[in-house]
Parts: sequence; structure tokens; C-alpha cells
Amino acid sequence: MLEFLKSPIQTVQGFFILAGQALRNILRAPHYTQDIFLQMDIIGVGSLPIVILTGFFSGAVLALQMSRALSEYGQVGRTGQVVAITLVREMGPVLTALMVAGRNSSGIASELGSMKVTEQIDAMRALGTDPIQKLVTPRLIATCAVLPVLTVIADFVGMFGGSIVAAMINIPARQYWTGAWRALGWSDVVQGLMKPFCFAFAIALVGCYYGLSTTGGTQGVGRATTQAVVVASVLVFILTFFITKIFVSGVINI
Amino acid sequence: MTPDSPPVLKFEHVSVSFDGQIALDDVSFEVREGDSRILFGAAGSGKTVLLKAALGLVRPDSGHIFVFGQDITLLKESQLSDIRSKVGMLFQESALFDSMTIAENVAYPLFNQKAIHCEAAEGRQKVVDALRFVELENTLAKFPSELSGGMRRRAAIARAVVTGPPLLLYDSPTAGLDPITANNIIALIVKARDASRTTTLMVTHRYQDGNLVAKFRYNLEGGRLEHVTGRDPGFDASTRFMVFKEGRLVFDGPQKELEESSDPYISKFVLKRD
Repeated sequence: MLEFLKSPIQTVQGFFILAGQALRNILRAPHYTQDIFLQMDIIGVGSLPIVILTGFFSGAVLALQMSRALSEYGQVGRTGQVVAITLVREMGPVLTALMVAGRNSSGIASELGSMKVTEQIDAMRALGTDPIQKLVTPRLIATCAVLPVLTVIADFVGMFGGSIVAAMINIPARQYWTGAWRALGWSDVVQGLMKPFCFAFAIALVGCYYGLSTTGGTQGVGRATTQAVVVASVLVFILTFFITKIFVSGVINI
Repeated sequence: MTPDSPPVLKFEHVSVSFDGQIALDDVSFEVREGDSRILFGAAGSGKTVLLKAALGLVRPDSGHIFVFGQDITLLKESQLSDIRSKVGMLFQESALFDSMTIAENVAYPLFNQKAIHCEAAEGRQKVVDALRFVELENTLAKFPSELSGGMRRRAAIARAVVTGPPLLLYDSPTAGLDPITANNIIALIVKARDASRTTTLMVTHRYQDGNLVAKFRYNLEGGRLEHVTGRDPGFDASTRFMVFKEGRLVFDGPQKELEESSDPYISKFVLKRD
């Protein structure tokens, strides 16, 4: 029984130790600013095409589904409101995070995993560099910086996608955009920006954790990559539930 | 060197295990300044773990490791950088950083070891010198993936020697290389040793590698290896061989004793010359 629990508990412990070290390193010299910008480019600019595509089509499909559901109540004109709220609060952050998790948790895990199995991590330590300082902290900072920005872009592109569908079903553009604009309160915006910030921790740290704990050669790299994507995606769903719960229950009032 | 000077590297009853599997079992030995050690052993007998333990990359379960007289088992990771800056290591698969050029790789220890302060211009010169030392001065801007296995190994040697460390560790420097390239690599190792009387530990599978290190000296003027054994008793005594079996040190002695050993496991590593 205890043997069965040992491995997951060790994983959680290892994850939190890594998270603690990565966070502590943010304030400590040396700072690898160049690596931070490089990672922001890879994670942020690199993810832009898929984030725009998924954002656009999720907004469009939301508008399609919602207009049909709303037509039963004769409220098709409120499509803009529903699309805006759903996108900003939930769909934008979660879909963007899932895309970035699929693309970057795996990328980080496989890159660090390959470095681990080819002894590059050991070499880094032997040559006087803390691998967490050099590899984990820049990826964490970069993901935390770009994921909220990507989410904002996805939200906007999604609303634009919805507006095209709205135009196809003869909702005036003005009505759609006014509805969308009026529907959003500060609480939605804060929620919509806090979520990606929290997801960024999960995505970056899970990728780094599985990468750095890779064992067993190239096969191990494959395993680490798969685990990183699965765990990061599941964490995104768990986190979004709890953050939403906090906002809905009014613990945070804005 | 006086006989009383502390050994450069000393293991005292060191044991290491991973997930219940024993990698090193009560290993004790010491290496004095300027000595060479050749480590033989079957795959998985703990040779790589031993080199990593000497750098503090692997922590022993019990026992003490002294590097330059300092007990590294008592030091924290952040306190190890001083010791590590005095030790050069060649990893088994070279372990060059894929994302950096050869020049950046070789320059890495110069600009990242906290104990080493190096100006940019001086560093560049050292990188060029180190790459010239391994005859790779034309590959500065290339990436590791563009080089052949032997060239990568040489670039990694350049990275290990660029800071001029007094202790060098080589993990299977000839593994997977053809005999000609392998001999060139060993010649470089002997050259690095004799250019500045560096203490050298080398893990290898090939008996010829150990034989070259034990019997030959690099002639700096002539630029090649020369056979010196028998002519210089001091030189003959400076190389010792160690054989590992399942984590235990089963042999520690000079080449002559190794060749005369009747133990079937030990004699497997000796290339008999009739």
C-alpha cells in the first residue's frame, strides 16, 4: 500500500522542490536575460499561429452553437455577449493554455530530457552553472510573460471569428460588438488574465520537471514528453476549475 | 612535490547506490599530484559513477571524497563551484551543448565558473589556443551536430582543458571511435597531461589506451609521443591501474602487476603480447 503511494508522492515533492528553486532563482544572480528573451520568442511568437487559428475557430463555433441555442428563446441578438463572456472567462485561457502545453511542455521536456540523457545537464553543473538557474527559471519567466498576452490575442481573434459568424446569420456588427463590450466586467478580465498566469506555472514547470527527471535514454525522452503534455493539460483543467470556483464564490470581489 | 603533500583525489570507503542498486561499494584509493590512473571495468561496474562522485555530481551514501584536500561530501552544491573549476571532465558522449557553437562551448567554463575571472579578449585567445591544442581551430563557428564523433570528442577535450585544471577526468574517451581516431585522442590526453603535469584519471575499455598513457610521454618539441618506460623509473611509477567489478575495486597497482595477475576477471582487460 505504502509502496504504491511512494512514487506519486516523490513526484509531487520533486515538483515542488523544483518550483521552489526556480522561483528563488528569479531574484538571484546570475540572470540569463538572453535566455529569457529567446524562450519568449520560442514560446510566444512560435505559438502565435496555432493560438490565432484555434482562437478564431473556437470563437466562430461558439457563435454558431450559441446563436442556435439562443434562437429558442428568441435572443439571437445576445450572441455577442455569450461569446465574449465564454471566451474571456474560460475558452480563451484554457484553449490557449492547452495549445501551449501541447507545443511547449513537450518541447521543454524533450529538450531538457535529451540534455539529461546526453549528460549535458551534468556537464553544465560541472562547468559551474546551476541548470535550474540557466534552464528552468528563464522558461518559467518567459511562459508567465507570454501566456497572458497570447490569451488576450486568442480572446480578441475569437470574438472576431464570432463576429463573422454573426454577420452570416444577420446579426448587425454593431449589435454584436456592443453586446460583447457591455457584457464584460472587470471581474471577467481579471479572471481571464489570472488564469493564464497560473497555467503558465503548470506548463513551464511540468515540462522542466519531466525533462530534468528523464532516465533511460531516448526512450525515456519520449516517455517524459508524453507525461509532460498529459500532466500539464490535466493541471490546466484542474486549475481552471478552482480559479473559477474562487471567483464565482466571491472570495475575490472586483 | 613532496611525499607529504595531500593527495589530489582521495576516496575513503565510498559507497554509492541508486534505487537500491549498488554502483560503488566501499571504494578507497588516492591519487597524488602528477599521477595517472587508468580505470578498467565491465559496463555498469561503477567507473562513470566514480568520476561523477569525484566532481560532486553524485553524492555518496557513505564515505568521504577529498579533492585537493577538501572533503567535498560536506559541501553544498553552491560551494562546489570552487573545486569544480579546478577539475576538467570529458563526459562519455562529449556532452557538448547542442545549442552553442564550438567556440561558445569551449568558452563556457571560462565565463561561467565563478572562481575563474576572465576578460573577453583573453577568453577568446584561450579558446583559440585550446582548439589549436586539439587541432580544431577551424571549427570555431560550427555547431556540435556538424562535427564527427572524433571531432566532438576533441572539442570536448578542449573544453575540459581550456581553464588549465590541475586534475582531469576522462570518461571512456575512445568509446565508439575507430582505432586511428582513438589513438589520436589518447595522444591528446597524454599531451594534456605532460604539457602541465596534470593529474589524470581515465576510464577506458581498451588496454592499448592504458598502455599508451603508461609507457609514453609527449615530446613537446617533437610534437609526438615517445616511448619512455624503463628509462625513467619515476615516470614508470606514476601510472597505476585500477580494475572495477560490480562496484568494487578489485585491483589497484602498477602495469606490471596487472599484466601478471592470474585473476580471470582482471586478466580479461589485459591485452597479452606474445
